[in-house]
Amino acid sequence: MSGRDETLVGPTARFGWSVAIAALYALHQDIWWWREARPLVFGFLPLGLAYHGAYCLAVVLLMWALTRFAWPSQLEDREER
Amino acid sequence: MIPAIIVFAYLALILYIGIFAWRSERGAAAVEEYFLAGRSLGPAVFLLSLFGTNMTAFTILGSAGHAFANGVVTFGLMASSSAFVIPLTLFFIGTRLWALGKRHGFITPVQMFRDRWECGHIGTLIFALQAALLVPYIIIGVMGGGTALRAITGGLIPYPVGGALVAMVVMSYVFFGGMRGTAWVNAFQTVLFLSFGAIALLVIGRSIGGFPAAIGALLDNPATSPLLTRERVSPWYFFSYTFIPLSTIGFPHIAIFCLTAKRLVQFRRTVVFYPLCILAIWLPCVFLGVVANTLGSAPPIAAKLHARQALAAAPASMPADDRAALRRQAAGDDVVPIMLDWFAPLWLAGLLGAGIMAAVMASDSQILALSTMFTEDVFTFYGGTARFGEAVQVQTGRAFVVVLTIAAYLIALRAPQGIFDLAVQYAFSGYAALSPLLVSALFWKRSTKWGALAATLWVAAAVVYTARVPGALAWFGLLPVVPMTLISATLMAMVSLATPPPSAKTLARYGF
Repeated sequence: MSGRDETLVGPTARFGWSVAIAALYALHQDIWWWREARPLVFGFLPLGLAYHGAYCLAVVLLMWALTRFAWPSQLEDREER
Repeated sequence: MIPAIIVFAYLALILYIGIFAWRSERGAAAVEEYFLAGRSLGPAVFLLSLFGTNMTAFTILGSAGHAFANGVVTFGLMASSSAFVIPLTLFFIGTRLWALGKRHGFITPVQMFRDRWECGHIGTLIFALQAALLVPYIIIGVMGGGTALRAITGGLIPYPVGGALVAMVVMSYVFFGGMRGTAWVNAFQTVLFLSFGAIALLVIGRSIGGFPAAIGALLDNPATSPLLTRERVSPWYFFSYTFIPLSTIGFPHIAIFCLTAKRLVQFRRTVVFYPLCILAIWLPCVFLGVVANTLGSAPPIAAKLHARQALAAAPASMPADDRAALRRQAAGDDVVPIMLDWFAPLWLAGLLGAGIMAAVMASDSQILALSTMFTEDVFTFYGGTARFGEAVQVQTGRAFVVVLTIAAYLIALRAPQGIFDLAVQYAFSGYAALSPLLVSALFWKRSTKWGALAATLWVAAAVVYTARVPGALAWFGLLPVVPMTLISATLMAMVSLATPPPSAKTLARYGF
Protein backbone atom coordinates (compact mmCIF):
# COMPACT_ATOMS: atom_id res chain seq x y z
CA MET A 1 0.00 0.00 0.00
CA SER A 2 1.39 3.42 -0.88
CA GLY A 3 2.02 6.16 1.68
CA ARG A 4 -0.73 8.29 0.18
CA ASP A 5 -3.26 5.48 0.48
CA GLU A 6 -2.34 4.93 4.12
CA THR A 7 -2.95 8.63 4.81
CA LEU A 8 -6.39 8.42 3.26
CA VAL A 9 -7.53 5.37 5.21
CA GLY A 10 -6.01 6.30 8.57
CA PRO A 11 -8.03 7.52 11.58
CA THR A 12 -8.04 11.20 10.51
CA ALA A 13 -8.97 10.30 6.96
CA ARG A 14 -11.71 8.00 8.24
CA PHE A 15 -13.15 10.93 10.14
CA GLY A 16 -12.96 13.03 6.96
CA TRP A 17 -14.74 10.37 4.91
CA SER A 18 -17.41 10.06 7.60
CA VAL A 19 -18.00 13.82 7.50
CA ALA A 20 -18.19 13.79 3.69
CA ILE A 21 -20.69 10.91 3.71
CA ALA A 22 -22.78 12.52 6.46
CA ALA A 23 -22.75 15.86 4.61
CA LEU A 24 -23.96 14.27 1.38
CA TYR A 25 -26.65 12.40 3.30
CA ALA A 26 -27.78 15.71 4.82
CA LEU A 27 -27.82 17.35 1.40
CA HIS A 28 -30.40 14.80 0.29
CA GLN A 29 -32.85 16.49 2.66
CA ASP A 30 -33.09 19.73 0.67
CA ILE A 31 -35.87 21.41 2.66
CA TRP A 32 -34.81 24.84 1.32
CA TRP A 33 -36.48 24.28 -2.07
CA TRP A 34 -39.38 22.22 -0.82
CA ARG A 35 -42.13 24.38 -2.33
CA GLU A 36 -40.24 25.79 -5.32
CA ALA A 37 -40.61 24.59 -8.90
CA ARG A 38 -38.98 27.63 -10.53
CA PRO A 39 -36.57 28.40 -12.03
CA LEU A 40 -36.97 25.57 -14.53
CA VAL A 41 -33.53 24.15 -15.33
CA PHE A 42 -32.96 23.87 -19.12
CA GLY A 43 -36.40 25.41 -19.47
CA PHE A 44 -38.34 22.29 -18.45
CA LEU A 45 -36.84 20.56 -15.37
CA PRO A 46 -38.48 21.64 -12.09
CA LEU A 47 -35.91 22.86 -9.58
CA GLY A 48 -36.34 20.00 -7.08
CA LEU A 49 -36.01 17.35 -9.78
CA ALA A 50 -32.94 19.02 -11.26
CA TYR A 51 -31.41 19.27 -7.76
CA HIS A 52 -31.79 15.56 -7.13
CA GLY A 53 -30.46 14.77 -10.61
CA ALA A 54 -27.39 16.86 -9.78
CA TYR A 55 -27.28 15.14 -6.37
CA CYS A 56 -26.80 11.78 -8.13
CA LEU A 57 -23.81 13.27 -9.97
CA ALA A 58 -22.38 14.47 -6.64
CA VAL A 59 -22.75 10.91 -5.32
CA VAL A 60 -20.77 9.67 -8.33
CA LEU A 61 -17.94 12.03 -7.35
CA LEU A 62 -17.93 10.84 -3.74
CA MET A 63 -17.99 7.19 -4.82
CA TRP A 64 -15.13 7.83 -7.22
CA ALA A 65 -13.13 9.46 -4.41
CA LEU A 66 -13.90 6.58 -2.02
CA THR A 67 -12.90 3.91 -4.52
CA ARG A 68 -9.82 5.90 -5.52
CA PHE A 69 -8.48 6.92 -2.13
CA ALA A 70 -10.11 4.65 0.47
CA TRP A 71 -10.34 1.36 -1.39
CA PRO A 72 -10.16 -1.66 0.97
CA SER A 73 -7.20 -3.07 -0.92
CA GLN A 74 -6.24 -5.21 2.08
CA LEU A 75 -9.23 -7.44 1.21
CA GLU A 76 -8.07 -7.64 -2.38
CA ASP A 77 -4.47 -8.42 -1.51
CA ARG A 78 -5.45 -11.13 0.96
CA GLU A 79 -7.93 -12.96 -1.26
CA GLU A 80 -6.18 -12.62 -4.58
CA ARG A 81 -2.70 -13.45 -3.45
CA MET B 1 -49.20 -7.03 -34.01
CA ILE B 2 -45.75 -5.49 -34.61
CA PRO B 3 -45.10 -4.85 -30.89
CA ALA B 4 -46.14 -8.45 -30.14
CA ILE B 5 -43.69 -9.81 -32.74
CA ILE B 6 -40.86 -7.68 -31.36
CA VAL B 7 -41.59 -8.80 -27.81
CA PHE B 8 -41.68 -12.49 -28.85
CA ALA B 9 -38.36 -12.04 -30.66
CA TYR B 10 -37.02 -10.49 -27.50
CA LEU B 11 -38.19 -13.41 -25.36
CA ALA B 12 -36.56 -15.86 -27.80
CA LEU B 13 -33.32 -13.87 -27.67
CA ILE B 14 -33.04 -13.84 -23.89
CA LEU B 15 -33.86 -17.54 -23.85
CA TYR B 16 -30.93 -18.08 -26.18
CA ILE B 17 -28.63 -15.83 -24.15
CA GLY B 18 -29.61 -17.47 -20.87
CA ILE B 19 -29.33 -21.06 -21.99
CA PHE B 20 -26.77 -21.28 -24.75
CA ALA B 21 -24.77 -18.14 -25.37
CA TRP B 22 -22.39 -18.11 -22.44
CA ARG B 23 -22.43 -21.62 -21.04
CA SER B 24 -19.37 -22.49 -19.06
CA GLU B 25 -17.05 -25.15 -20.35
CA ARG B 26 -16.25 -26.25 -16.84
CA GLY B 27 -19.32 -28.41 -16.50
CA ALA B 28 -22.68 -27.51 -15.07
CA ALA B 29 -22.49 -29.92 -12.15
CA ALA B 30 -20.09 -27.84 -10.10
CA VAL B 31 -22.01 -26.12 -7.31
CA GLU B 32 -20.12 -22.83 -7.48
CA GLU B 33 -20.45 -22.77 -11.26
CA TYR B 34 -24.24 -23.18 -11.19
CA PHE B 35 -25.03 -20.98 -8.20
CA LEU B 36 -22.26 -18.35 -8.45
CA ALA B 37 -21.06 -18.52 -12.08
CA GLY B 38 -17.81 -19.93 -10.71
CA ARG B 39 -17.11 -16.58 -8.94
CA SER B 40 -15.82 -15.38 -12.28
CA LEU B 41 -18.06 -12.60 -13.63
CA GLY B 42 -16.22 -9.82 -15.41
CA PRO B 43 -16.55 -6.07 -14.66
CA ALA B 44 -19.18 -5.09 -17.27
CA VAL B 45 -21.47 -8.05 -16.64
CA PHE B 46 -21.07 -7.59 -12.88
CA LEU B 47 -22.13 -3.92 -13.00
CA LEU B 48 -24.96 -4.32 -15.51
CA SER B 49 -26.29 -7.49 -13.98
CA LEU B 50 -26.15 -6.23 -10.40
CA PHE B 51 -28.03 -3.11 -11.43
CA GLY B 52 -30.53 -5.11 -13.48
CA THR B 53 -31.05 -7.58 -10.65
CA ASN B 54 -32.14 -4.73 -8.42
CA MET B 55 -34.44 -3.11 -10.99
CA THR B 56 -37.95 -4.50 -11.09
CA ALA B 57 -41.20 -3.72 -12.86
CA PHE B 58 -41.56 -0.88 -10.38
CA THR B 59 -38.58 0.93 -11.88
CA ILE B 60 -40.29 1.74 -15.14
CA LEU B 61 -43.99 1.17 -14.54
CA GLY B 62 -44.32 1.92 -10.83
CA SER B 63 -42.00 4.94 -10.74
CA ALA B 64 -43.89 6.64 -13.56
CA GLY B 65 -47.20 5.69 -11.89
CA HIS B 66 -46.06 7.10 -8.55
CA ALA B 67 -44.87 10.29 -10.24
CA PHE B 68 -48.17 10.57 -12.14
CA ALA B 69 -49.98 10.74 -8.80
CA ASN B 70 -47.39 12.40 -6.56
CA GLY B 71 -45.13 14.44 -8.82
CA VAL B 72 -41.38 15.02 -8.89
CA VAL B 73 -41.00 14.00 -5.23
CA THR B 74 -40.87 10.38 -6.47
CA PHE B 75 -37.30 10.88 -7.68
CA GLY B 76 -35.99 12.13 -4.33
CA LEU B 77 -37.96 9.54 -2.38
CA MET B 78 -36.82 6.49 -4.29
CA ALA B 79 -34.10 7.26 -6.83
CA SER B 80 -31.59 9.71 -5.38
CA SER B 81 -31.81 8.06 -1.96
CA SER B 82 -30.98 4.71 -3.61
CA ALA B 83 -28.24 6.37 -5.66
CA PHE B 84 -26.58 7.37 -2.38
CA VAL B 85 -27.24 4.40 -0.09
CA ILE B 86 -26.84 1.40 -2.43
CA PRO B 87 -23.30 2.17 -3.69
CA LEU B 88 -22.24 2.87 -0.10
CA THR B 89 -23.54 -0.51 1.06
CA LEU B 90 -21.79 -2.18 -1.87
CA PHE B 91 -18.58 -0.38 -0.96
CA PHE B 92 -18.62 -1.17 2.74
CA ILE B 93 -20.57 -4.44 2.93
CA GLY B 94 -20.49 -5.99 -0.56
CA THR B 95 -16.70 -5.94 -0.77
CA ARG B 96 -16.34 -7.64 2.60
CA LEU B 97 -18.94 -10.24 1.73
CA TRP B 98 -17.00 -10.99 -1.44
CA ALA B 99 -13.73 -11.38 0.49
CA LEU B 100 -15.28 -13.69 3.09
CA GLY B 101 -17.01 -15.73 0.39
CA LYS B 102 -13.73 -16.15 -1.43
CA ARG B 103 -11.82 -17.03 1.73
CA HIS B 104 -14.30 -19.39 3.36
CA GLY B 105 -16.25 -20.62 0.34
CA PHE B 106 -19.59 -19.12 1.37
CA ILE B 107 -22.37 -19.15 -1.19
CA THR B 108 -25.17 -17.57 0.88
CA PRO B 109 -25.28 -14.96 3.69
CA VAL B 110 -26.78 -17.52 6.08
CA GLN B 111 -23.67 -19.72 5.68
CA MET B 112 -21.62 -16.73 6.81
CA PHE B 113 -23.93 -16.00 9.76
CA ARG B 114 -23.76 -19.62 10.92
CA ASP B 115 -19.99 -19.66 10.77
CA ARG B 116 -19.48 -16.17 12.20
CA TRP B 117 -21.80 -16.66 15.16
CA GLU B 118 -21.28 -20.40 15.65
CA CYS B 119 -24.94 -21.29 15.27
CA GLY B 120 -27.11 -23.71 13.31
CA HIS B 121 -30.83 -23.39 13.78
CA ILE B 122 -30.73 -19.61 14.24
CA GLY B 123 -29.32 -19.57 10.72
CA THR B 124 -32.28 -21.68 9.60
CA LEU B 125 -34.62 -19.12 11.15
CA ILE B 126 -32.89 -16.29 9.27
CA PHE B 127 -33.18 -18.36 6.08
CA ALA B 128 -36.91 -18.86 6.68
CA LEU B 129 -37.52 -15.14 7.17
CA GLN B 130 -35.43 -14.16 4.14
CA ALA B 131 -37.23 -16.75 2.00
CA ALA B 132 -40.69 -15.68 3.19
CA LEU B 133 -39.91 -12.05 2.32
CA LEU B 134 -38.62 -13.04 -1.13
CA VAL B 135 -41.58 -15.14 -2.31
CA PRO B 136 -43.95 -12.18 -2.98
CA TYR B 137 -41.38 -10.73 -5.40
CA ILE B 138 -41.37 -13.89 -7.44
CA ILE B 139 -45.17 -13.94 -7.62
CA ILE B 140 -45.26 -10.26 -8.56
CA GLY B 141 -42.76 -11.01 -11.35
CA VAL B 142 -45.06 -13.65 -12.86
CA MET B 143 -48.06 -11.32 -12.51
CA GLY B 144 -46.12 -8.44 -14.08
CA GLY B 145 -45.16 -10.65 -17.02
CA GLY B 146 -48.78 -11.61 -17.69
CA THR B 147 -50.04 -8.03 -17.34
CA ALA B 148 -47.30 -6.50 -19.49
CA LEU B 149 -47.63 -9.07 -22.28
CA ARG B 150 -51.40 -8.57 -22.36
CA ALA B 151 -50.94 -4.77 -22.55
CA ILE B 152 -48.20 -4.87 -25.18
CA THR B 153 -50.11 -7.25 -27.46
CA GLY B 154 -53.33 -5.27 -27.08
CA GLY B 155 -55.06 -8.16 -25.32
CA LEU B 156 -54.04 -10.70 -27.97
CA ILE B 157 -52.32 -12.74 -25.27
CA PRO B 158 -54.55 -13.17 -22.21
CA TYR B 159 -53.09 -12.77 -18.73
CA PRO B 160 -52.83 -16.51 -17.86
CA VAL B 161 -51.05 -17.33 -21.13
CA GLY B 162 -48.73 -14.32 -20.86
CA GLY B 163 -47.87 -15.17 -17.26
CA ALA B 164 -47.19 -18.80 -18.20
CA LEU B 165 -45.02 -17.78 -21.16
CA VAL B 166 -42.90 -15.39 -19.14
CA ALA B 167 -42.61 -17.89 -16.26
CA MET B 168 -41.51 -20.62 -18.71
CA VAL B 169 -38.86 -18.41 -20.29
CA VAL B 170 -37.47 -17.32 -16.92
CA MET B 171 -37.58 -20.86 -15.53
CA SER B 172 -35.79 -22.27 -18.56
CA TYR B 173 -32.77 -20.01 -18.49
CA VAL B 174 -32.48 -20.13 -14.70
CA PHE B 175 -32.76 -23.95 -14.85
CA PHE B 176 -30.18 -24.43 -17.59
CA GLY B 177 -28.02 -21.35 -17.28
CA GLY B 178 -27.83 -20.95 -13.49
CA MET B 179 -26.14 -17.78 -12.28
CA ARG B 180 -24.08 -17.34 -15.45
CA GLY B 181 -27.13 -17.45 -17.73
CA THR B 182 -29.14 -15.25 -15.38
CA ALA B 183 -26.33 -12.69 -15.09
CA TRP B 184 -25.91 -12.40 -18.87
CA VAL B 185 -29.66 -12.05 -19.39
CA ASN B 186 -29.78 -9.38 -16.69
CA ALA B 187 -26.85 -7.53 -18.25
CA PHE B 188 -28.58 -7.57 -21.65
CA GLN B 189 -31.87 -6.43 -20.10
CA THR B 190 -30.12 -3.59 -18.26
CA VAL B 191 -28.66 -2.26 -21.51
CA LEU B 192 -32.13 -2.43 -23.00
CA PHE B 193 -33.95 -0.58 -20.29
CA LEU B 194 -31.17 1.95 -19.78
CA SER B 195 -31.69 2.89 -23.43
CA PHE B 196 -35.45 2.82 -22.90
CA GLY B 197 -35.61 5.96 -20.75
CA ALA B 198 -33.71 8.27 -23.07
CA ILE B 199 -35.46 7.04 -26.23
CA ALA B 200 -38.92 7.24 -24.67
CA LEU B 201 -38.19 10.76 -23.40
CA LEU B 202 -37.01 12.00 -26.81
CA VAL B 203 -39.81 10.40 -28.83
CA ILE B 204 -42.67 11.34 -26.52
CA GLY B 205 -41.25 14.84 -25.96
CA ARG B 206 -41.21 15.50 -29.70
CA SER B 207 -44.64 13.99 -30.22
CA ILE B 208 -46.38 16.11 -27.57
CA GLY B 209 -44.86 19.38 -28.78
CA GLY B 210 -41.95 19.73 -26.36
CA PHE B 211 -41.60 19.50 -22.60
CA PRO B 212 -41.37 23.25 -21.78
CA ALA B 213 -44.98 23.70 -22.93
CA ALA B 214 -46.15 20.66 -20.93
CA ILE B 215 -44.41 21.81 -17.75
CA GLY B 216 -45.73 25.35 -18.29
CA ALA B 217 -49.27 23.97 -18.47
CA LEU B 218 -48.76 22.06 -15.21
CA LEU B 219 -47.38 25.16 -13.48
CA ASP B 220 -50.27 27.35 -14.62
CA ASN B 221 -52.89 25.00 -13.21
CA PRO B 222 -53.23 25.29 -9.39
CA ALA B 223 -54.44 21.68 -9.26
CA THR B 224 -51.29 20.31 -10.91
CA SER B 225 -48.55 22.80 -9.95
CA PRO B 226 -47.88 21.00 -6.59
CA LEU B 227 -46.77 18.00 -8.68
CA LEU B 228 -43.66 19.99 -9.57
CA THR B 229 -42.70 20.61 -5.93
CA ARG B 230 -42.56 18.42 -2.83
CA GLU B 231 -45.10 20.33 -0.77
CA ARG B 232 -47.49 17.38 -0.51
CA VAL B 233 -44.90 15.30 1.38
CA SER B 234 -43.51 16.08 4.82
CA PRO B 235 -39.72 16.34 5.21
CA TRP B 236 -39.81 13.57 7.86
CA TYR B 237 -41.60 11.22 5.51
CA PHE B 238 -39.07 12.13 2.80
CA PHE B 239 -36.20 11.47 5.22
CA SER B 240 -37.53 8.06 6.23
CA TYR B 241 -37.35 6.86 2.63
CA THR B 242 -33.55 6.93 2.88
CA PHE B 243 -33.82 3.81 5.09
CA ILE B 244 -35.52 1.77 2.36
CA PRO B 245 -32.41 1.28 0.15
CA LEU B 246 -30.70 -0.44 3.10
CA SER B 247 -32.85 -3.38 2.02
CA THR B 248 -30.79 -3.85 -1.14
CA ILE B 249 -27.74 -5.41 0.47
CA GLY B 250 -30.10 -7.38 2.74
CA PHE B 251 -31.79 -9.00 -0.28
CA PRO B 252 -30.35 -12.51 -0.59
CA HIS B 253 -30.14 -12.23 -4.39
CA ILE B 254 -27.99 -9.09 -4.12
CA ALA B 255 -25.80 -10.44 -1.31
CA ILE B 256 -25.31 -13.69 -3.23
CA PHE B 257 -24.56 -11.75 -6.40
CA CYS B 258 -21.74 -9.92 -4.58
CA LEU B 259 -19.97 -13.29 -4.42
CA THR B 260 -19.92 -13.75 -8.20
CA ALA B 261 -17.27 -11.11 -8.95
CA LYS B 262 -14.01 -12.51 -10.25
CA ARG B 263 -11.95 -9.81 -8.56
CA LEU B 264 -12.65 -7.23 -5.88
CA VAL B 265 -11.73 -4.43 -8.26
CA GLN B 266 -14.99 -5.09 -10.13
CA PHE B 267 -16.87 -3.45 -7.28
CA ARG B 268 -15.06 -0.18 -8.08
CA ARG B 269 -16.84 0.52 -11.35
CA THR B 270 -20.12 -0.75 -9.96
CA VAL B 271 -19.93 1.58 -6.97
CA VAL B 272 -19.08 4.58 -9.16
CA PHE B 273 -21.49 3.93 -12.03
CA TYR B 274 -24.48 2.73 -10.01
CA PRO B 275 -25.79 6.28 -9.31
CA LEU B 276 -25.43 7.14 -13.00
CA CYS B 277 -27.49 4.09 -13.98
CA ILE B 278 -30.19 5.13 -11.50
CA LEU B 279 -30.18 8.65 -12.94
CA ALA B 280 -30.42 7.34 -16.51
CA ILE B 281 -33.46 5.15 -15.89
CA TRP B 282 -35.38 6.94 -13.12
CA LEU B 283 -35.18 10.57 -14.25
CA PRO B 284 -36.93 9.97 -17.62
CA CYS B 285 -39.53 7.67 -16.05
CA VAL B 286 -40.40 10.09 -13.25
CA PHE B 287 -40.45 13.02 -15.62
CA LEU B 288 -42.71 11.19 -18.10
CA GLY B 289 -45.03 10.19 -15.26
CA VAL B 290 -45.42 13.84 -14.23
CA VAL B 291 -45.89 15.03 -17.82
CA ALA B 292 -48.62 12.42 -18.34
CA ASN B 293 -50.87 14.73 -16.30
CA THR B 294 -51.01 17.05 -19.32
CA LEU B 295 -51.92 14.33 -21.81
CA GLY B 296 -55.69 14.24 -21.41
CA SER B 297 -55.87 14.02 -25.20
CA ALA B 298 -55.21 10.29 -24.79
CA PRO B 299 -58.55 8.81 -23.61
CA PRO B 300 -57.03 6.25 -21.18
CA ILE B 301 -55.10 9.03 -19.43
CA ALA B 302 -58.17 11.29 -19.47
CA ALA B 303 -60.11 8.49 -17.74
CA LYS B 304 -57.46 8.35 -15.01
CA LEU B 305 -57.54 12.11 -14.51
CA HIS B 306 -61.34 12.06 -14.26
CA ALA B 307 -61.19 9.24 -11.73
CA ARG B 308 -58.69 11.23 -9.69
CA GLN B 309 -60.97 14.30 -9.71
CA ALA B 310 -63.95 12.17 -8.72
CA LEU B 311 -61.94 10.69 -5.88
CA ALA B 312 -60.91 14.14 -4.63
CA ALA B 313 -64.52 15.35 -4.71
CA ALA B 314 -66.00 12.15 -3.26
CA PRO B 315 -68.06 12.59 -0.09
CA ALA B 316 -66.92 10.82 3.07
CA SER B 317 -70.01 8.64 2.82
CA MET B 318 -68.88 7.05 -0.46
CA PRO B 319 -68.85 3.24 -0.12
CA ALA B 320 -65.38 1.75 0.30
CA ASP B 321 -65.78 -0.44 -2.80
CA ASP B 322 -66.60 2.57 -4.99
CA ARG B 323 -63.64 4.45 -3.57
CA ALA B 324 -61.37 1.47 -4.25
CA ALA B 325 -62.68 1.24 -7.82
CA LEU B 326 -61.90 4.92 -8.40
CA ARG B 327 -58.41 4.43 -6.96
CA ARG B 328 -57.80 1.57 -9.38
CA GLN B 329 -58.98 3.69 -12.31
CA ALA B 330 -56.78 6.61 -11.25
CA ALA B 331 -53.67 4.46 -10.71
CA GLY B 332 -50.90 5.40 -13.12
CA ASP B 333 -48.80 2.21 -13.31
CA ASP B 334 -49.58 1.88 -17.01
CA VAL B 335 -49.09 5.51 -18.06
CA VAL B 336 -45.77 4.80 -19.79
CA PRO B 337 -47.19 1.99 -21.99
CA ILE B 338 -50.19 4.23 -22.73
CA MET B 339 -47.91 7.13 -23.69
CA LEU B 340 -45.94 4.82 -25.97
CA ASP B 341 -49.15 3.54 -27.48
CA TRP B 342 -50.44 7.04 -28.24
CA PHE B 343 -47.31 9.05 -28.83
CA ALA B 344 -44.67 6.69 -30.27
CA PRO B 345 -44.47 4.98 -33.69
CA LEU B 346 -45.67 1.37 -33.68
CA TRP B 347 -42.27 -0.26 -34.23
CA LEU B 348 -40.70 1.84 -31.48
CA ALA B 349 -43.55 1.04 -29.12
CA GLY B 350 -42.71 -2.64 -29.68
CA LEU B 351 -39.03 -2.06 -29.02
CA LEU B 352 -39.77 -0.07 -25.90
CA GLY B 353 -42.30 -2.74 -24.93
CA ALA B 354 -39.38 -5.16 -24.88
CA GLY B 355 -37.64 -2.72 -22.53
CA ILE B 356 -40.65 -2.88 -20.24
CA MET B 357 -40.59 -6.69 -20.40
CA ALA B 358 -36.91 -6.53 -19.42
CA ALA B 359 -37.79 -4.69 -16.24
CA VAL B 360 -40.79 -6.87 -15.50
CA MET B 361 -38.79 -10.10 -15.78
CA ALA B 362 -36.59 -9.37 -12.78
CA SER B 363 -37.79 -12.41 -10.86
CA ASP B 364 -35.04 -14.61 -12.37
CA SER B 365 -32.37 -13.72 -9.83
CA GLN B 366 -34.83 -14.06 -6.97
CA ILE B 367 -35.84 -17.55 -8.11
CA LEU B 368 -32.19 -18.53 -8.41
CA ALA B 369 -31.37 -16.99 -5.02
CA LEU B 370 -34.16 -18.90 -3.31
CA SER B 371 -32.99 -22.10 -4.97
CA THR B 372 -29.41 -21.38 -3.87
CA MET B 373 -30.52 -20.67 -0.31
CA PHE B 374 -32.64 -23.82 -0.15
CA THR B 375 -29.91 -26.10 -1.41
CA GLU B 376 -27.10 -24.52 0.63
CA ASP B 377 -28.83 -23.45 3.83
CA VAL B 378 -31.19 -26.41 4.17
CA PHE B 379 -30.25 -29.31 1.86
CA THR B 380 -26.49 -29.11 2.41
CA PHE B 381 -26.65 -27.94 6.02
CA TYR B 382 -28.81 -30.89 7.03
CA GLY B 383 -26.52 -33.40 5.32
CA GLY B 384 -27.93 -33.70 1.80
CA THR B 385 -24.75 -32.91 -0.11
CA ALA B 386 -22.56 -35.03 2.17
CA ARG B 387 -24.89 -37.95 1.57
CA PHE B 388 -25.76 -37.58 -2.11
CA GLY B 389 -22.94 -35.46 -3.57
CA GLU B 390 -22.63 -32.13 -5.37
CA ALA B 391 -24.30 -33.28 -8.59
CA VAL B 392 -27.48 -34.12 -6.69
CA GLN B 393 -27.27 -30.75 -4.92
CA VAL B 394 -27.29 -28.93 -8.28
CA GLN B 395 -30.17 -31.12 -9.51
CA THR B 396 -32.05 -30.34 -6.30
CA GLY B 397 -31.52 -26.65 -6.96
CA ARG B 398 -32.89 -27.06 -10.48
CA ALA B 399 -35.88 -29.03 -9.26
CA PHE B 400 -36.53 -26.29 -6.71
CA VAL B 401 -36.50 -23.70 -9.54
CA VAL B 402 -39.21 -25.66 -11.39
CA VAL B 403 -41.39 -26.23 -8.32
CA LEU B 404 -41.07 -22.61 -7.20
CA THR B 405 -41.93 -21.20 -10.64
CA ILE B 406 -44.99 -23.44 -11.02
CA ALA B 407 -46.18 -22.57 -7.49
CA ALA B 408 -45.69 -18.84 -8.15
CA TYR B 409 -47.65 -19.14 -11.40
CA LEU B 410 -50.55 -20.97 -9.78
CA ILE B 411 -50.73 -18.40 -6.98
CA ALA B 412 -50.50 -15.56 -9.51
CA LEU B 413 -53.54 -16.98 -11.34
CA ARG B 414 -55.71 -17.05 -8.26
CA ALA B 415 -54.68 -14.25 -5.93
CA PRO B 416 -55.33 -10.52 -6.46
CA GLN B 417 -52.18 -8.56 -7.22
CA GLY B 418 -52.87 -5.95 -4.53
CA ILE B 419 -52.03 -8.44 -1.79
CA PHE B 420 -48.59 -9.07 -3.20
CA ASP B 421 -47.94 -5.42 -3.98
CA LEU B 422 -48.45 -4.78 -0.29
CA ALA B 423 -46.35 -7.79 0.68
CA VAL B 424 -43.48 -6.45 -1.40
CA GLN B 425 -43.71 -3.10 0.42
CA TYR B 426 -43.42 -4.88 3.77
CA ALA B 427 -40.60 -7.01 2.43
CA PHE B 428 -38.58 -3.85 1.67
CA SER B 429 -38.94 -2.75 5.28
CA GLY B 430 -38.14 -6.28 6.48
CA TYR B 431 -34.91 -6.57 4.51
CA ALA B 432 -33.85 -3.04 5.54
CA ALA B 433 -34.45 -3.97 9.18
CA LEU B 434 -32.33 -7.11 8.71
CA SER B 435 -29.35 -5.03 7.52
CA PRO B 436 -27.98 -4.60 11.11
CA LEU B 437 -27.28 -8.36 11.05
CA LEU B 438 -24.90 -7.99 8.12
CA VAL B 439 -23.26 -4.87 9.52
CA SER B 440 -22.76 -6.50 12.94
CA ALA B 441 -21.40 -9.73 11.51
CA LEU B 442 -18.85 -7.91 9.38
CA PHE B 443 -17.81 -5.01 11.59
CA TRP B 444 -18.65 -5.72 15.23
CA LYS B 445 -16.50 -8.25 17.04
CA ARG B 446 -18.86 -8.43 20.01
CA SER B 447 -21.99 -9.41 18.03
CA THR B 448 -23.51 -12.77 18.96
CA LYS B 449 -26.00 -15.30 17.67
CA TRP B 450 -28.45 -14.31 20.41
CA GLY B 451 -28.36 -10.71 19.25
CA ALA B 452 -29.02 -11.95 15.72
CA LEU B 453 -31.90 -14.09 16.98
CA ALA B 454 -33.48 -11.16 18.85
CA ALA B 455 -33.21 -8.88 15.81
CA THR B 456 -34.61 -11.56 13.47
CA LEU B 457 -37.58 -12.30 15.71
CA TRP B 458 -38.29 -8.58 16.04
CA VAL B 459 -38.20 -8.07 12.25
CA ALA B 460 -40.50 -11.05 11.64
CA ALA B 461 -42.97 -9.80 14.26
CA ALA B 462 -42.81 -6.20 12.98
CA VAL B 463 -43.43 -7.23 9.35
CA VAL B 464 -46.51 -9.25 10.37
CA TYR B 465 -47.72 -6.48 12.70
CA THR B 466 -47.36 -3.65 10.15
CA ALA B 467 -49.04 -5.81 7.50
CA ARG B 468 -52.04 -6.52 9.73
CA VAL B 469 -52.45 -3.13 11.42
CA PRO B 470 -52.56 -0.17 8.98
CA GLY B 471 -50.42 2.72 10.19
CA ALA B 472 -48.61 0.58 12.76
CA LEU B 473 -45.11 1.80 13.69
CA ALA B 474 -45.55 4.92 11.54
CA TRP B 475 -44.34 7.04 14.45
CA PHE B 476 -43.96 10.83 14.08
CA GLY B 477 -44.95 10.61 10.42
CA LEU B 478 -42.02 8.34 9.61
CA LEU B 479 -42.27 5.15 7.58
CA PRO B 480 -42.35 1.97 9.73
CA VAL B 481 -38.96 1.01 8.27
CA VAL B 482 -37.26 3.60 10.50
CA PRO B 483 -38.33 2.23 13.92
CA MET B 484 -38.04 -1.31 12.58
CA THR B 485 -34.40 -0.80 11.59
CA LEU B 486 -33.43 1.22 14.67
CA ILE B 487 -35.03 -1.27 17.08
CA SER B 488 -33.45 -4.17 15.19
CA ALA B 489 -30.01 -2.53 15.57
CA THR B 490 -30.65 -1.77 19.26
CA LEU B 491 -31.72 -5.35 19.99
CA MET B 492 -28.70 -6.67 18.14
CA ALA B 493 -26.44 -4.47 20.28
CA MET B 494 -28.07 -4.95 23.68
CA VAL B 495 -28.63 -8.72 23.47
CA SER B 496 -25.13 -9.25 22.06
CA LEU B 497 -23.57 -7.35 24.95
CA ALA B 498 -25.57 -9.46 27.40
CA THR B 499 -24.49 -12.80 25.91
CA PRO B 500 -21.11 -14.51 25.44
CA PRO B 501 -19.24 -13.72 22.20
CA PRO B 502 -18.09 -16.37 19.69
CA SER B 503 -14.79 -18.14 20.37
CA ALA B 504 -11.50 -16.32 19.86
CA LYS B 505 -10.64 -18.82 17.11
CA THR B 506 -13.72 -17.86 15.12
CA LEU B 507 -13.15 -14.15 15.70
CA ALA B 508 -9.58 -14.52 14.47
CA ARG B 509 -10.84 -16.07 11.24
CA TYR B 510 -12.83 -12.88 10.65
CA GLY B 511 -9.88 -10.61 11.32
CA PHE B 512 -10.97 -9.40 14.79
